[in-house]
Amino acid sequence: MLFSNIILLLLLNDLLLLAAPGITWLIRLTAFQGILLGSLLFDMEHALLAGAVLGIKGILLPLLLARTYKHIGKREKTHHLNLGVAVVMGMLGLIFSLWLEHNLPLMPDIFPVLLLPAAITTLFCGLILVVGRATALSQVIGYLVAENGIFLLGTPLMAAGAIWFELALLLDIFVAVFVMGIAIGHIGEKFDSIDTARFRSLRD
Amino acid sequence: MLETLIILPLAAGAIMLAVGNGLFCRMLLPCVGICHTAISSWLVINVASGGRPAAFFGLLAPDPLGSLFLILASVLFLASSFYATGYLREEELAEEKTCIHDGRPFTNAPERRFTACLCFFLAAMSLVTTTPHLGALWVGIEATTLSSAPLIYFHQHQRSLEATWKYLIICSVGIALALLGNILLSVAYCDNDGAGNLVLADDIDSLGWFMAHAGQAAQPWLKAAFIFLLVGYGAKMGLAPLHNWLPDAHSEAPSLVSALLSGALLNCAMLGILRGHQILLAAGIGSFSGSLLVFFGLISLVFAAIFIVGQGHYKRMLAYSSVEHMGILALGIGIGGIAVQGAMLHSVCHSLAKCLLFLLSGNILARYHTYSSYDVRGMRWTMPITGALWLAGFLAVAGSPPFGIFVSEMIILKGIFASSHWIAACVYPACLGIIFVGLSMAVLRMVQGPRPMDMQASLRKRREPVWSVLPPALLALLVLTLGIWIPAPLWNYLQMAGRLVGG
Repeated sequence: MLFSNIILLLLLNDLLLLAAPGITWLIRLTAFQGILLGSLLFDMEHALLAGAVLGIKGILLPLLLARTYKHIGKREKTHHLNLGVAVVMGMLGLIFSLWLEHNLPLMPDIFPVLLLPAAITTLFCGLILVVGRATALSQVIGYLVAENGIFLLGTPLMAAGAIWFELALLLDIFVAVFVMGIAIGHIGEKFDSIDTARFRSLRD
Repeated sequence: MLETLIILPLAAGAIMLAVGNGLFCRMLLPCVGICHTAISSWLVINVASGGRPAAFFGLLAPDPLGSLFLILASVLFLASSFYATGYLREEELAEEKTCIHDGRPFTNAPERRFTACLCFFLAAMSLVTTTPHLGALWVGIEATTLSSAPLIYFHQHQRSLEATWKYLIICSVGIALALLGNILLSVAYCDNDGAGNLVLADDIDSLGWFMAHAGQAAQPWLKAAFIFLLVGYGAKMGLAPLHNWLPDAHSEAPSLVSALLSGALLNCAMLGILRGHQILLAAGIGSFSGSLLVFFGLISLVFAAIFIVGQGHYKRMLAYSSVEHMGILALGIGIGGIAVQGAMLHSVCHSLAKCLLFLLSGNILARYHTYSSYDVRGMRWTMPITGALWLAGFLAVAGSPPFGIFVSEMIILKGIFASSHWIAACVYPACLGIIFVGLSMAVLRMVQGPRPMDMQASLRKRREPVWSVLPPALLALLVLTLGIWIPAPLWNYLQMAGRLVGG
């Protein structure tokens, strides 16, 4: 019961992410997504991993993003894509992933109900954020959300052990966001904006 | 001994960060290169004679394919580290640095950070090439992105920052998709034991386990997994149309970094795809992955041919040449048979030749202060050694005899004819011809022509320092040797590596 509630909250969170008007809301919703992922792992009795996910995805990374945002200190237009269109695209992604769950050939009985649609929708929403948002910071949030979707898809397979891999994965993601955060700081200084539409000088 | 391959560069990088003295970091770099190359050589000899060294409880257990790419990374790092000693000293002595494009002043990143990241980059590549675990391979490839991003942003100006950002985002999203490929691969091997519990082996992550049980895997999931691995690692490898980051990063990074990115990193990314291909071959559906590799290989060749012709930026031209050669490698491996042996030889020759050319492009940039091949004239007068090597490098990379790439490209062509793949048989030579003409126009224009009298006399008559020409000269000698004579042990070793991917 708890499991399906968390999955439903995750799906709702995905759509809210697409509708979020500013970066502050994006960061809050990403933190909430990290907490939901951690709770899901607790429910699946992976306590160590749940703690690590909660700490890194629920607390550390959102704090890092919030700090970077504060450091830049600029409020600017955050999206190319109309938010309504983004939400409709997210819903279409959800419908497609539900269809996929029912029709996938040779579907092994390994994914609990709704986990596959939730994971694919999260991945899809992350990619929409990467492509549809204008600032470098929201692209990083998009990357993080997409990675959360993939992580969610991998959760049923974590029973196989290999905890070192999951921890290495979390560390990698943490360092990735850390390096991107530093890069965003430099972008804010050099370009006086973190709007990636200003990246026009390198082309053939 | 095997552990040292990763621990040595990691420790050296940490020491560099701690000590921080520029001269110390610069001098430590070639020492790391020499030790790493020595250990890699020992490893290659060991693996070639049938040994299977392992370390960290099987986390590192290189096979011929991985150790081939490892030794290439080591040799290229060694060449680049010698080049770096002189390059970094000159950067330190330079009083004012301005961006060549917009004339704005910029500063360099701290030298210790640059040298330490070079060492971390080497450690990450060593992990990728020596591990049979697909999870560790993924972690290693992501680590190569993170350690090389600060290297691209060494010259801290807007253009290099833009290139670094594109590199970070495109490769990270790509590698995230490769992770999805890894997960789907595990799904393909999942089975129910009747009670609803998953039956998974403890060492499920290892390549050997995947291959040994490939017959029981669900083929649709295997195919889906390979598609994601190909798209994910293909973005990092620079296969068109996922190559967007590559010309930007290669053109804006310092030349020795471009040399390592192009010669060593692209091979590591390709290894991720080849591991997937190995599993599909073991499952009896190698024709599926092979045809996808052929498709992306041909697309890359066509893209490279379009963008190389008329390309005025000589570093971007070299980057597109890397897209071309990655396409040739994918094509050779996808075709299978003798073409795979050709692809193995091709990867060796391409790495050496491309490292040579990128190092030389740094010399040209330092002397002419322009990226435009239209503005570089009379290299044979101003810098005769670099000019001669630039010409030799062009002949090598364009697949002209007597260099090794000519031999490897001919072997791949023979494989294409043997497999009766007529589309490839038409597109491949046509693209090679177009690219040869495109490259020759730019390179000959740069080497020939009168003395550039508008250049400062002191600059025009300046002698070329040994550090700037010796590593490229040795690399040129190696590529030339491979075109004239391939030692039997090397050929046997390439065959061993090729057999793992359907050769």
